[in-house]
Amino acid sequence: MNWVNAIIQGLLLGGLFALFACGLSLLFGVLGIINLAHGDLAVLGAYVAVALLPSVHTNALWALLFVPPMFAVFGYVSQRSLLRRSMESGPLTTLLVTFGLSVVLENALLEGFSADSHSLSVGSLVTKAFRPSSAISVSYLRLGILVVAVVVLVIVQFFLARTGTGRQIRALADDGEAASIVGINTRHVAGIAAAVAFATVAIAGLADGMYAQFGPTSGGSLLLFGFEAVIIGGLGSLWGTLAGGCVLGLAQTIGAQIDPTIGVLCAHLVFLFILAVKPSGLMPATVEA
Amino acid sequence: MNDALLEADGLVVRHGQLVALREVSLRVQPGEVYAVVGANGAGKSTLLRTLAGLHPTTGRIRFDGQDVTRESAHARVRRGMVMVPEGRRLFRSLTVEENILIGAVSGRGGRWDLDAVFDLFAWMRERRHERVNHLSGGEQQQVAICRALIANPRLLLLDEISLGLAPVIVQQIYQMLPQLLDEDIAILLVEQDVAQALRVATRFQCLLEGRTTLEGSPADFSAVDVEAAYFGFATEDAAP
Repeated sequence: MNWVNAIIQGLLLGGLFALFACGLSLLFGVLGIINLAHGDLAVLGAYVAVALLPSVHTNALWALLFVPPMFAVFGYVSQRSLLRRSMESGPLTTLLVTFGLSVVLENALLEGFSADSHSLSVGSLVTKAFRPSSAISVSYLRLGILVVAVVVLVIVQFFLARTGTGRQIRALADDGEAASIVGINTRHVAGIAAAVAFATVAIAGLADGMYAQFGPTSGGSLLLFGFEAVIIGGLGSLWGTLAGGCVLGLAQTIGAQIDPTIGVLCAHLVFLFILAVKPSGLMPATVEA
Repeated sequence: MNDALLEADGLVVRHGQLVALREVSLRVQPGEVYAVVGANGAGKSTLLRTLAGLHPTTGRIRFDGQDVTRESAHARVRRGMVMVPEGRRLFRSLTVEENILIGAVSGRGGRWDLDAVFDLFAWMRERRHERVNHLSGGEQQQVAICRALIANPRLLLLDEISLGLAPVIVQQIYQMLPQLLDEDIAILLVEQDVAQALRVATRFQCLLEGRTTLEGSPADFSAVDVEAAYFGFATEDAAP
C-alpha cells in the first residue's frame, strides 16, 4: 500500500510541476524566450501574496484572486518593454536579460523580506485529507493543486485552440513576419501571450507557497523542475507538460519510497535518461487545434 | 492626379551596405493592375515589402491620400493594403480555415467573408479542417490569396505568386484576377515571368538594380524595349 500511496503522491506533486512548467512552455513555444527568471517570478508571486494578504484575508487562497491578474499586467508590460527589446537583439541577449532579471529579483526579495523562509497559510485546509485506507492519504490541498493545474492547462489549451486571440498567438509562433503581414499587431499579441504565461507562473508560485516553505532563493530549483517537466513532455506541448510533471513527481516519490534521501536525485536521473533516449520528449507537438 | 490609391515617391531602401532601391516612384490608380517586373535581385520584392511596411525607407508612401511611410505593417493592412507574400508564408500549424480567418483580423468588413472566398476555389470548403502543410503548392497559394482577400483589400500586393507552381495553376490564378477588379480592387504585382505579368497589367514598370528603367502601359512598348530594360543593355544599344 505504501507504493500505491507513493504513486498517488507522485501524481499530486506532478500537478505542481506541470502548473509551474506551463508558463515556461508557453513563453518558449510562442515567443522563443527561455525565461531563466521563471522560478524567481513564481517566488515573487508568493511574496506579493505575503506582502498584500494581511490587508485582505488571512487565508492565502484569496491571493489567487488578485496575484495572477497583477502578474498578467506585469507580463504584458515586461513583454512590451524589456523582453521585446532584448528579443530584437537576439536569443542570447534574451537569455542574459532573463538571467539578470532572476538575479535582480532574488536579491530584491532578500533585501525586502530577509532570507527567512515563509509559507502561505491556507487555514485548516493544509491538514485535511481524504483517507480511503490507513496507508493512503490524499491531502485536499495537494489534490486541489492538481485540479487547478489541469484546469489551468485546459483553459490555456482552449484559449490557444479555439479563440481568435489564441489563433493569432499560434500564427505568431509559426511566423512572426507573416503574422504582421496579415494584419496582426504582433507586439500586442506577444504581450498577451506573456500575460497568460506570467499569470500561470503566479498561480504556480502561490500553489508552491501553500504546499511548502519558500525563501528568496527557492526560484532556482523550481526553474530546474519546470525545465525538466517541459523537456520530458516535449517542447511546446501543454499536455506533454502535464505528463512531464507527473513523470517527475512519480520519480521523486517512488525514489523517496526506496530511500528517503534519493527522491529528488531520482527525478533528475529520470530526466537525464529521457533526455538521452528520447530528446524530443514524450509528446513532441506544437499546440494544435 | 490626386485620385491615386497608392503613391510612392523617391523610395530608397538599404540592406546594410547594399542599396536595394534607388529613388523608385510609382502610382497605382483604383481598378488598375500594376506590374513590377525585373530580374532576380532587381529590388522587386524589396519594393513590395517596403510598401507593405516591412522595410524602413526614405521617401514617401501615401495610401488613399494619407501618409503611411512610418506606419507599421498591421496598420497598413487595416487601411486595406494587403500583401500575398513571396513563398506564401502560411501558418503551418493552423488549418486551412484558421489560416484564412487570421486574414480577417484587421476587421475590415466587405464583400469577402469565409463563404465568399470558399466559393472561389471548389476544393477548399470540404478540406477546410486540414493542416496547410498537407496541401500542394498551388493549393497553398490559393489559401494565401484567400487569406489576403478576406481582409477586403483595396490594394492587393502580390509577390511572385507564380513562383514554384505548375503553369496551369498559375494560369488559373491569373484568370481569377479580373473577378477581383470588378470590385474596384487595385492590384500591384511583382513577377519574374514578364510575359505573364504584361498580359494582365494595365501599367507596369521595369526595375534593374534598384532603379526604374521603364514605365508605362504594356501596349506602348515592344517586347524588345522591355527586354532591353529588363537586362539593362538599352543604353549601350541606343548609343550610336
